[in-house]
Amino acid sequence: MASFSLLITKAAFDQQDAYSAYRFAVSALKLQHGIQGVFFYQAGVHNSNAFQTGHSDELNLHQKWVTLAKTHDIPLLVCVTAANRRGIINQQDALDLDIKHFNLSAPFTEVGLGELVELLNTSDRVLQF
Amino acid sequence: MKASRHSSIALVNKTAPYGQANGQESLDLALAAGSFGQDIRLYFIEDGVFQLLAKQSPACIDAKNFSKTFAALTFYDIEHIYVCRDSLKARSLEPKNLCIEVEVLSKNELQQHLSQHQHILSF
Repeated sequence: MASFSLLITKAAFDQQDAYSAYRFAVSALKLQHGIQGVFFYQAGVHNSNAFQTGHSDELNLHQKWVTLAKTHDIPLLVCVTAANRRGIINQQDALDLDIKHFNLSAPFTEVGLGELVELLNTSDRVLQF
Repeated sequence: MKASRHSSIALVNKTAPYGQANGQESLDLALAAGSFGQDIRLYFIEDGVFQLLAKQSPACIDAKNFSKTFAALTFYDIEHIYVCRDSLKARSLEPKNLCIEVEVLSKNELQQHLSQHQHILSF
């Protein structure tokens, strides 16, 4: 059994990369491997945007990540700087900045890049998608 | 296989600055990893070599000149910065055109260096 972490640097929907990462996580878990955490960086932060409301017959990757995280207790870590640059903001930051709405909430959490460094140190493999 | 506590990390930079945010966000990660005491090494290949050009003036396109930060890498104990010789040559560039001192490597040398890292992240 290996411990994996995933680094997602591509947006949901526009490219397949993030979905491939999700499929990898599901398969690895099925084979009894561990997923230490999923880190969202660069355009990957768009995966954490709760305002994804596509057609009902299309994949909602945000929802898939939420279900996966809750089922398997996997941390979904979002780089706060990369997220804020791209209009992804949690409730506290929205309040502080006097912005009406927020689109990042649990199980996604805003963290610093140090959390990615920690995953690099504690996982057998970090896969970038 | 158990990951070592202070494993070495390679950051491979492949894209030119400003057209994409890759360079800036790769550098952010390098600084974060450096401040956490990681053994991190930077590689610049293909269009990534343009990130290191001296005398950049991106203010005229309202972009931040993040290349100024390369000179500060040494303060984060990031001492190993490798550049692909072929990539420089293909773009009519020489090490003297770059804003910091780098180690220029052949393709074979790059492959050897990269194969020694526990983790490789690409931007």
